[in-house]
Amino acid sequence: MEIKKPAVAGTLESSDLMVTVEPGSNGIELAISSSVMNQYGRQIKNTVLETLDRLEVRQAKVTVVDKGALDCTIKARVECAVFRSCDQSQKNIPWGGAIV
Amino acid sequence: MRNAVGRDIPDYLLTGGKEVYQGKNYMDGKYMQKAAPKTRRYEKPQESKLVETIADALRQCGCKDGCTFSFHHHLRNGDYVANMVVQAAVEELGIKDITVAATSLGSAHDVIADYIEDGRVIGVQTSGIRGRIGDVVSEGKLKTPAIIRSHGGRPRAIEAGEVHIDIAVVAAPTSDCVGNCRGIGGKSNCGSLGYAMTDAKYADHVIVVTDTLVDFPNMPASVEAIDVDAVVVVDSIGDPKKIASAAARISQNPRDLMMAENVAKVIAATPYFKEGFSFQTGVGGPSLAANLFLEKYMDERGIKMGWAIGGICGPMVELLKKGKVGKVIDVQDFDLDAVNSINQTPNHFEMSASQYANPANKGAFVNKLDFVVLAALEIDTGFNVNVLTGSDGVLRGAPGGHPDTAAGSKCCIIVTPLVRGRMATVCEHVVTVTTPGDCVDVLVTDYGIAVNPLRPDLIACLDEAGIPHVSIEELKEKAYSLVGRPDDLEWEDKVVAILEARDGTILDVVRKIKPYTLDEA
Repeated sequence: MEIKKPAVAGTLESSDLMVTVEPGSNGIELAISSSVMNQYGRQIKNTVLETLDRLEVRQAKVTVVDKGALDCTIKARVECAVFRSCDQSQKNIPWGGAIV
Repeated sequence: MRNAVGRDIPDYLLTGGKEVYQGKNYMDGKYMQKAAPKTRRYEKPQESKLVETIADALRQCGCKDGCTFSFHHHLRNGDYVANMVVQAAVEELGIKDITVAATSLGSAHDVIADYIEDGRVIGVQTSGIRGRIGDVVSEGKLKTPAIIRSHGGRPRAIEAGEVHIDIAVVAAPTSDCVGNCRGIGGKSNCGSLGYAMTDAKYADHVIVVTDTLVDFPNMPASVEAIDVDAVVVVDSIGDPKKIASAAARISQNPRDLMMAENVAKVIAATPYFKEGFSFQTGVGGPSLAANLFLEKYMDERGIKMGWAIGGICGPMVELLKKGKVGKVIDVQDFDLDAVNSINQTPNHFEMSASQYANPANKGAFVNKLDFVVLAALEIDTGFNVNVLTGSDGVLRGAPGGHPDTAAGSKCCIIVTPLVRGRMATVCEHVVTVTTPGDCVDVLVTDYGIAVNPLRPDLIACLDEAGIPHVSIEELKEKAYSLVGRPDDLEWEDKVVAILEARDGTILDVVRKIKPYTLDEA
C-alpha cells in the first residue's frame, strides 16, 4: 500500500494511541513515544512494523504517540491511519483481512 | 548481599551496623538507645515567641550549612510551608548542603526539586516522593541517595538518632504566641497533626509557621509550646482546597464496588470479624468503598467495630457518629468531614506517628489491628507489594503506613484492579519491594481473589464460606495475557533511593533507570 497523503488515527486518551503516517522515501521511518516505553517500547515497535508489513507499506514516516494502548488497539490505529492516507477508508475496507 | 525478599543490596550501603532485611519481627526484643535533642533553655519568661520572618526564625535557631529540616505533610498538596522555609534558607541565609527530612513530599514541593538540581539540597528523607522531586531523584540528580521510610519507620529512625533533625518546622493551622499548635480553628485546617509530634519532640529546634494566631493557650495542643523556639505568622500556610477535599466520595465505579464487596466478604469470612474488631482502610476507590459493604455485614451479624485508625475520612466519621465504631484514632485527615470531627466528635482522637506505627516502641496501634485494606501499584507472585515506583522505574509513590499496617495486622488485604491501562498490577517481580510478601495475606482483584500460601488458615476460611479463590500465579498469567509480558526494566548501577524496611534494615534500593529508546534496538 502506498502512503499518498498525511493521515492520522487515534487519540491521546489513556489506553489509546495517535498514529500519524506521512509519505516517505526512505523506507519506514518510525518515531515512538509512549507512557510505557521502558516496558513495552520494543513490543510497540514490533507491532507497528509488523502491521505496516502486512499492509505492504514500504515507504512511510510513521509517528506513534502511545498512552498505554493494548496491541489490538495499536494494530487498529495503524491500519486506520494507513487506509486514510490512501483514501481506502471511505469504502471497501478489507475487514479482518491483512491484520491479525 | 541478597535480603529476605530476594533483593540485591550493594555492600557499600551496609556500613555502621546497617543490615539487609531479614524478615518480619527480626528486631523483636532488641534494645535501642534513644537519641536526645540538644535544646535551648528559655528560663527567662518570654511574653511571646513571635518572630518577624522565617529567615529571622532560622537565624535564631542557628541554621547553618548541612542543616536537616523536618516537615510534615498534613497540608498535603496544598502545603506552602516547606517551600517557604527551604527558599528562605537558600535565598536569604545562603545555606548549603541542606537535607529535607519530610514525612511526605509531593507536587506541592516542586520548588525543592530546583534546589536539588542546583545542589543546595543534598539529601531527602521522606515517605512520599512524587512530582518533580521524584523525577529529579530518579534521574540521579540528588547528591546522596534518598532514604524512603514508612510512617512508622520514620519515628523509629528519629528516635534511634539515625536522622537528627536540626530544625523541625510545624505548619500549624492555629498557634498561640508561644507555639501551642492545633490543626483546627484556623483558615487552613488539617485536623490531626500526628506526624509533627515525634519530630517536634526530637528536633534541636522547632519553628511554628501559622496563618492564624489565636489567644494563649491554644488547647488541647498537638505540638506543645514547651518544644517550640519561635513562631512566625505568614499570610497563608496552604491552599485549603488542596489540604482537604470537600468529602471523600465513595466510588461509583462498578469495578471498584465489585472489588470492595469481595473485600467485605473476605473480612466477614474470617474469625477476626467479631464484636469489637479493629479496622483500617486506605482512601483509594475500592478500599474506601469497602466501608460501605462492611457496614452491611456488621448489621447482619449485629456487631460493631471496636476502633479504627489511620488517615481518616468522612465515611469512617459517619460510622462513628452512627455508633457503629467505638473509637477513631487519627494520625491524618483527608477530608473536611474528618478535619471537622477530630477532637470534636466524642471518641475521635489524635495520635502521633510513633503511636500509630513505630515498630520499635512498646506497642503501636497497628500491632492491635485485625484488618487493613490497602491498595498497590504492583504486587508480585511472592505477594511483595510496590507502592513507591511506577512500573517505568520512576519514583512516584509513598510507602506511607502500608508496610506498618500490613506487618501489624492479623489480616492484610490488598485490593487492586488486575491491570491499569497497559500495566499489569499483578506481576512476576515488583519494581521495588515496599511491603514484604510475608506481611500480605489476601489479594482481591477484579479477576479473582488469591490468598498467600503462608496463610492456610485464611484459605480454609474462604473455602468454608464458599468464596472462590485462585493462585496468584494464575492472576499474573491472566494479566499478562491481557496486556502482554513487559520487558524487564534496565538500570544503571547508581542507587538513587534506599528503601528502608520499617525496622531500619534495607528492604530494597531504587537505581537510576536506563530509559529505552528506539535507536538502541
